[in-house]
Amino acid sequence: MSDVLVQSPAEKKPLLGKKERKLITDPLSDNNPVTIQVLGICSALAVTTQMKPTMVMALSVTAVVALSNLVISLMRNAIPPRIRIIVQLTVVSVLVILVDQILKAYMYDISKQLSVFVGLIITNCIVMGRLEAYAMGNKPFPSLLDGLGNGFGYGAVILTVAFFRELLGSGKLFGFKVIPDAVYEAGYVNNGLMMIPAGALFVVACYIWVQRSFAKHLEEKE
Amino acid sequence: MSTLFLAADLVSVFVRSIFIDNMIFAYFLGMCSYLAVSKNVKTALGLGVAVVFVLTITVPLNWLLLNKVLKEGALAWISPSLAKVDLSFLAFIMFIATIASMTQLVEMLVEKLSPELYGALGIFLPLIAVNCSILGGSLFMQERDYELAEAAVFGLGSGVGWLIAIVAIAAIRMRLRYSDVPAPLRGLGITFIITGLMGIAFMSFLGITL
Repeated sequence: MSDVLVQSPAEKKPLLGKKERKLITDPLSDNNPVTIQVLGICSALAVTTQMKPTMVMALSVTAVVALSNLVISLMRNAIPPRIRIIVQLTVVSVLVILVDQILKAYMYDISKQLSVFVGLIITNCIVMGRLEAYAMGNKPFPSLLDGLGNGFGYGAVILTVAFFRELLGSGKLFGFKVIPDAVYEAGYVNNGLMMIPAGALFVVACYIWVQRSFAKHLEEKE
Repeated sequence: MSTLFLAADLVSVFVRSIFIDNMIFAYFLGMCSYLAVSKNVKTALGLGVAVVFVLTITVPLNWLLLNKVLKEGALAWISPSLAKVDLSFLAFIMFIATIASMTQLVEMLVEKLSPELYGALGIFLPLIAVNCSILGGSLFMQERDYELAEAAVFGLGSGVGWLIAIVAIAAIRMRLRYSDVPAPLRGLGITFIITGLMGIAFMSFLGITL
């Protein structure tokens, strides 16, 4: 059913059986879940107007990917193939409910700010993609590392996007003013484009552009 | 008078969900399949219709689930002793279960009625279950406290908005094959930029007062 998905990321990854370090480093650049595997874009764009919620989002996704990879990998020989999607969704939803409850208990403001996007981690394609492509066929420890690596890769992209959006869009970083008042008095204006949804798309497009200019082998032939 | 009022309210929810709160352009929901299945208008249309169908069914279903089973006091209709039970923390898992089973239903229908489309959609049909726009529809319904009729119209409208977006981008991408895009931007990069421009175009609907 999902053979296509299983193969495409795995083919690009010659790391099966290689050093475990590569499991962590590869998703940061050459096999980045967002810019190369094109997974998990939805939340990557919607939460990135400020650094702080983005950081929380990145950590939540990393925790969910890593733990669900671990759990599914432990269960992989017991899951009947026909109903594996339901099993995966159940495991992921339980983890997301935990994350959501923790956020609501300890970081209520940010949890309100992220609104539906915490729940949407369930359907974040990175989680399902990694479960299908990696955890279903590998041992628990490498799966955990693979989950961590992909979580970090996702975090790296959304934090970069959030950095530019918050800096250019409101002149702040993590809510602290970075651009001094003198600059504003000299006529500098915050870029409103960065605050609207479309701004995120442009920033990600530029990110991809820069990344692929340096790594020519990643270019698409179309 | 009140029915007229209700109808106007429903039209407002419908139009809002298609144009102003468009799933793709305002919330980026369902981007994965939007990017992956938008190389060809016909396939895009097929997937779009499937998404409309699943959204229209799941949002009202999840509304019933939420308001008759999960919310605090929602179980009071069974017996008054259950009036204090609050199961709303189970919302995610119940929503996704509804969605997964509805997707299975659509998959079986499409396989039976149009094997050609079934082949073309491939992996993306079962993956509707994890299409963010579907779960997103139900979560927005929960967050915005819609009534049942509003929830149904909202589901339909969000689906139609998603359909419009994916068909439009597929048509543009088919034209794009003949243009000279800088090599590193080809494929993913330029699609992002075009989506951004379309999003700005859709922002012009913000001025509409309903």
